[in-house]
Amino acid sequence: MRRLFALIPLLAAVGLIAALGWPLIEGRNPQELPSVLLDKPVPAFDLPALEPGEPGLASGDLAGKPVLVNVFASWCAPCRAEIPRLQGLAEEGVTIYGLAYKDDPEATRRFLEVLGNPYARIGVDRDGRTGLEFGVYGVPETYVIDAAGVIRHRHVGEVTDRVADATLVPLLKELAQ
Amino acid sequence: MIRATIRALPLLSALLVAALLVAAPAHAVQPDEVLDDPALEARARTLSAEVRCVVCQNQSIDDSNAELARDLRLLVRERLQAGDSDDEVLDYLVARFGPFVLLEPPKTDSTLLLWYGPAALLGLGAIAVAGVFLRRRRTAAPTPLSDEERRRLEALLEDDESAGGRST
Amino acid sequence: MIVELGHLALAAALIVAVLQSVVPLYGAARGDATLMALARPAAMVQFAALIISFGALTHAFVTSDFSVSNVVSNSHSLKPMIYKISGVWGNHEGSMLLWVLILALFGAAVAAFGDNLPESLRARTIAVQGLIGVGFLTFIIFTSNPFERVIPAPIDGRGLNPLLQDIGLALHPPMLYLGYVGLSTTFSFAVAALLEGRVDPSWARWVRPWTLAAWVALTAGIILGSGWAYYELGWGGWWFWDPVENASFMPWLAATALLHSAIVVEKRDALKSWTILLALIAFALSLLGTFLVRSGVLTSVHAFAVDPERGMFILVLLMIAIVGSFGLYAWRAPSMDGGGIFRPISREGGLVMNNLLTATATATVLIGTLYPLALETITGEKVSVGPPFYEATFVPLMIPLIIALGIGPMLAWKRGDLAGALNNLWAAAIVAVSVGLALAWLQGAPVGAALGMALAAWLAIAVITEWADRIRLFRVPFSSAWSRATGLPRSAYGMSLAHFGLAVFIVGAVGETYFSHEVVRYAEKGDRIEIAGRTIEFDGVTERAGPNFNAQVGTFLTENGDRLESERRFYPAEGQQTTEAAIRVGLGGDLYAVLGEPADGENWTIRIYYKTLVVWIWIGGFLMSLGGLISLADRRLRVGAPAPRRRAAMASAGGDD
Repeated sequence: MRRLFALIPLLAAVGLIAALGWPLIEGRNPQELPSVLLDKPVPAFDLPALEPGEPGLASGDLAGKPVLVNVFASWCAPCRAEIPRLQGLAEEGVTIYGLAYKDDPEATRRFLEVLGNPYARIGVDRDGRTGLEFGVYGVPETYVIDAAGVIRHRHVGEVTDRVADATLVPLLKELAQ
Repeated sequence: MIRATIRALPLLSALLVAALLVAAPAHAVQPDEVLDDPALEARARTLSAEVRCVVCQNQSIDDSNAELARDLRLLVRERLQAGDSDDEVLDYLVARFGPFVLLEPPKTDSTLLLWYGPAALLGLGAIAVAGVFLRRRRTAAPTPLSDEERRRLEALLEDDESAGGRST
Repeated sequence: MIVELGHLALAAALIVAVLQSVVPLYGAARGDATLMALARPAAMVQFAALIISFGALTHAFVTSDFSVSNVVSNSHSLKPMIYKISGVWGNHEGSMLLWVLILALFGAAVAAFGDNLPESLRARTIAVQGLIGVGFLTFIIFTSNPFERVIPAPIDGRGLNPLLQDIGLALHPPMLYLGYVGLSTTFSFAVAALLEGRVDPSWARWVRPWTLAAWVALTAGIILGSGWAYYELGWGGWWFWDPVENASFMPWLAATALLHSAIVVEKRDALKSWTILLALIAFALSLLGTFLVRSGVLTSVHAFAVDPERGMFILVLLMIAIVGSFGLYAWRAPSMDGGGIFRPISREGGLVMNNLLTATATATVLIGTLYPLALETITGEKVSVGPPFYEATFVPLMIPLIIALGIGPMLAWKRGDLAGALNNLWAAAIVAVSVGLALAWLQGAPVGAALGMALAAWLAIAVITEWADRIRLFRVPFSSAWSRATGLPRSAYGMSLAHFGLAVFIVGAVGETYFSHEVVRYAEKGDRIEIAGRTIEFDGVTERAGPNFNAQVGTFLTENGDRLESERRFYPAEGQQTTEAAIRVGLGGDLYAVLGEPADGENWTIRIYYKTLVVWIWIGGFLMSLGGLISLADRRLRVGAPAPRRRAAMASAGGDD
């Protein structure tokens, strides 16, 4: 009995080490936050377009086929970095919608003029309210949305080649079938 | 700003990946955010203190100067003005950012150990202590003392007399 | 050249540490006195080598030697001298060097003051201390070398984070490490006792001063850190239940429990295996803190630059230390108990109560700190455990603790008289209840505030009552009471002061939490701001140049003509901005003004707080630390003092702990 009691601290210690070690081995980023909207329909929104006369972006536009929604801003450095890759994806036939998050439309326009425009449509989220509905906490964020308008994946941070090839493109293909 | 600075230190690696919304040069609550109705404002402050600024380290949106925290503070006030109850405001935030935004973790199955673990430990500890006292009482009298124990006991008793209980 | 010398000395320290641990352990196992005798000189030499190493790094910082990469990253030629020096430990590598320096200091101290220790216990203690040193010196040399060179050397450094350029934060880490790392000595003593398979009252007498010394430093370190947060972060917060704060708080709680349980071992030869366990836990929690700050598994305000490789290394060290020592405990502790008998209602019983509650409090903080990490691993869910959790779980544990704290010292050893003790405490009870009711009914204060203040009053008056009772104040002629008062052992005063300090701390914590005021608004020069019944005039903003920063200075005039200045500083070398709050400290509360951002026109955002009773927090913490220090100065507790002979001298005063 007493021997058993004396073992408790050791067992607790092993548990503690496991709890500490696992995230380290996993390489978990404590900053990363999974989206609660996964497998839920996109929140309702209706945003004006960047250019007058063009169609804006509303939640209804997202249904029909699998698409990417990319939350971006001209003031965000990783957004700048990922534009060429998004353009590559767009050329491969992926539909990408842009959500210009808390950005001056004039700055967004200049940003896209310089770097190119991969977006099929852009919604201007001037005050960031639509971003809040999506639970956006860092830009860029990229959402994979299926044909039924349901959010299937969220990536926070730059879309690197690895992210695009390993996650986004395969998922889009799977959803297209 | 200063809070942004200190938060940003360990964030450097994260910043390379995503421009987290911490860059705004502002301190926590701004004068322009404050509601005219003091009762509503007080509720907003209390609620804000319970909502985690998801892009900061452990900070409530009330303390944080991050841009996102400001947006959420405004949102909290907007919901309150629209007539939401405190719980409805928190539910609204949880629906968008998950239970992670609550600095007081909800009492669910997965937080059972968190919430009741300490009380359980206290109970187990109390039982263990009581057990020791009871066993002592039962075994104390009949066990004859060895010579060595007798010597020690005498030393202790002597010690007790000189160093003293309160009655000396 | 000096830099290479420092690097060499670091390597030499590692080699000596290996000798210091292996040879005496082997010698003690064999009963070979010659081999055991190596422990003391080795500990001294290791310490000397680390002084040289630390001195060399300090020299590099002081002379702004930018060929050293650590200096480049953390210093700048224009920085004031004091912050060049504090820059040595304002970064990961340098602070680790300080860590092992302090570790070696305690090893050397055991060697120097350990004359009265049995030979094998001393050898084993120093050897275990050496073993910890081996682990962390290896860590520094292989993952965190502070002496790394850069070629070519840049012209100037990148500077130190301006938040760290502050006197409070210059002193906070060394103090905290003295406490954290000081607990290594207790750990080494505990492991040595387990190796010996024997714990007796004399063991507790040796261990208690070391624990006390570490506790004093840890208390001071935490208080300094909290004070720094209060005045430097610009909004007057002093405790955030942040994981890293918890990491320093947990060893403190464990050390507090240990201090009290060691008394029972010393007095009654009981609670031995529990006390050993606490000694192991206290240092294990220190190591856990080191891990949490440097591994990046948790997000925290205070974390150093994140590096998973370093985290893994420290985790392995942590694993060796706790699995090794707890394994040894599981093997040896069961044969260790027994000892003197005491009733549940007795001084010892009170100390057990203290241990039960303090240990539960430690576990509560540990669970709260690590739960999100474990939950995410197991279910993938992310939760936050913030201040509301601790307010709901930790704080309630303090209520019975403080009530018991008033009664415990009134109970006699072995068999106490609860009714008699309570009979003595009627005054404390009446005052406490009146304070609580007055606050709740007359002031309309929240229940928490009324309860907190009532508990503080209860504790403060109970402490005074206990002291008055001990010297028979008003019951014997004054001269006689006086001579009793001067004859009380210092440890008795230490205890009373530390307990009284806790009461003072509670007053401050409750006051600040429940009764503070805040005004946030735009203001221009000449505007008057009302707060907590006071009027403050905003006297505009001027520019000023500091040694390594430029500042905008906002001036505030108080009613009695004091000028308070709050600065927004910009540090060009670091490219960072800080805020210096303007604080007028007062016993009733601090006036705390902060200049914010410029707004439209001549307006500035300003924040003014009235932080009610906040200074009591630090006075209380200081009194606790001072109480520990006074107790440490007690002759009976003096390191290794052969106590029994001296006790008779104290007897007339009814001296006890």
